[in-house]
Amino acid sequence: MNVRVDAPIRGLVLAGGASERMKRDKATLLYEGRSQLDRAVELVARHVDRVFVSVRASQGGDPARARYPLIVDSVPGQGPIVGIRSAIAAHPGNAWLVVACDLPFLSDEALSQLLAGRDPAATATAFISVHDGLPEPLCAIWEPKAAAQIDAFLERGKDCPRKFLMNHAVRLLEPEDRRALDNVNTPEEYVRASAKPTTAHAMQLKIQYFALMREQSGRSEETVETLASTPADLYAELKARYGFTLPREQLKVAVNSEFAPWSRRLAAGDAVVFIPPVAGG
Amino acid sequence: MRFRFTDLRIDTAAARRELVDPGAGGYASFEGWVRDFNEGQEVTSLEYEAFQELALKEGERILAEAAARFPIKHALCIHRVGRLGLTDMAVWVGVSSAHRGEAFDACRFIIDEVKHRVPIWKKEHYRSGDSGWVNCERCAATPGHRHAQGHDHAQAHDHAQAHDHAEAHDHAKAHDHDAA
Repeated sequence: MNVRVDAPIRGLVLAGGASERMKRDKATLLYEGRSQLDRAVELVARHVDRVFVSVRASQGGDPARARYPLIVDSVPGQGPIVGIRSAIAAHPGNAWLVVACDLPFLSDEALSQLLAGRDPAATATAFISVHDGLPEPLCAIWEPKAAAQIDAFLERGKDCPRKFLMNHAVRLLEPEDRRALDNVNTPEEYVRASAKPTTAHAMQLKIQYFALMREQSGRSEETVETLASTPADLYAELKARYGFTLPREQLKVAVNSEFAPWSRRLAAGDAVVFIPPVAGG
Repeated sequence: MRFRFTDLRIDTAAARRELVDPGAGGYASFEGWVRDFNEGQEVTSLEYEAFQELALKEGERILAEAAARFPIKHALCIHRVGRLGLTDMAVWVGVSSAHRGEAFDACRFIIDEVKHRVPIWKKEHYRSGDSGWVNCERCAATPGHRHAQGHDHAQAHDHAQAHDHAEAHDHAKAHDHDAA
């Protein structure tokens, strides 16, 4: 009987992004007084033996990054897939627990679930996005065999890691911590995220459905357990679940039987109604 | 000032009696009826559905706004819910006032605001066997699409007036699929 030895897993925190939308370096944004990069490295280090930080060649001298073992992009191209490929090139015998540095809600629970669900025979093991059902490449385990596949992908002029995963054999996991992979790209999202507690708590909300929403969800009302903290988040979640055809922009929302802004902070027990375009008279 | 729903035929004589007032020299009413065509489709029946808890509040707000804008004595609006056939009355608005002008104006104001703001939905059933939620389904396929003609079964309405008041109610604006 053959005993297969799985490639040992190292950690790779991606900090090579250009932070274009944030307009400042995302790696150094503070949450609870510590930078995103420090928090991400510490989190990953609780789960694997060695953690490296992935950077572009131009970032090697940056002090926030330089205190960690670095893997500098070594293959041509751009984006996170180049960072992942460079890590496999630097340590060909290892699999990589890859984590973007801009996931302020990422939890130990999520990483434990990912590691427990690892399929070493797949190209990668990844979570399914709660927003669109597609694989999440930037909190995933990438196996050594991905190297040749990434090379072929890059050669075809492609560099989107999500598309890569969609086209290769990937073990997909439904995240138990549904908010863990929400990332933060803009100053507005940062303000919102840094104001929230970093541990998400699920709460129960009562949803009533009318007219088209009732027909598309197949129900008049339900109680949902959700991590959504605003009606906007809740609609995104339920739109993904039920395939609502109306974009949020065409709807209004009511909380506890009164019109409410989409950014309203929801509380446990709130009653929410999504209001499609009205047509009385 | 009263806004209400009913799943029975609207009793206009009884409704009108609620508006009687010794100081009223005029009364105007509006009835919206189910029409047999909309947007090139032959309509055979309608279903109205309302989020009543909020609809009643929003309806009362509209009546209060009408009373604040126009010197009227009484106003009442009754809207049907459930399934309606052709020629059935879907909505009734009545206003009494000292003089005829404000009765007409307030009546027009109320029906326009109700159509734009109150969470009531209308499903049309067509001769073809098809059906659809008005303002929701065909529009959803083409975001940003605005109709040249209203979906209105009850009347042609004046958008300048509806919009003018809709300022404070972002709701009315967002839901307005009719062309200005």
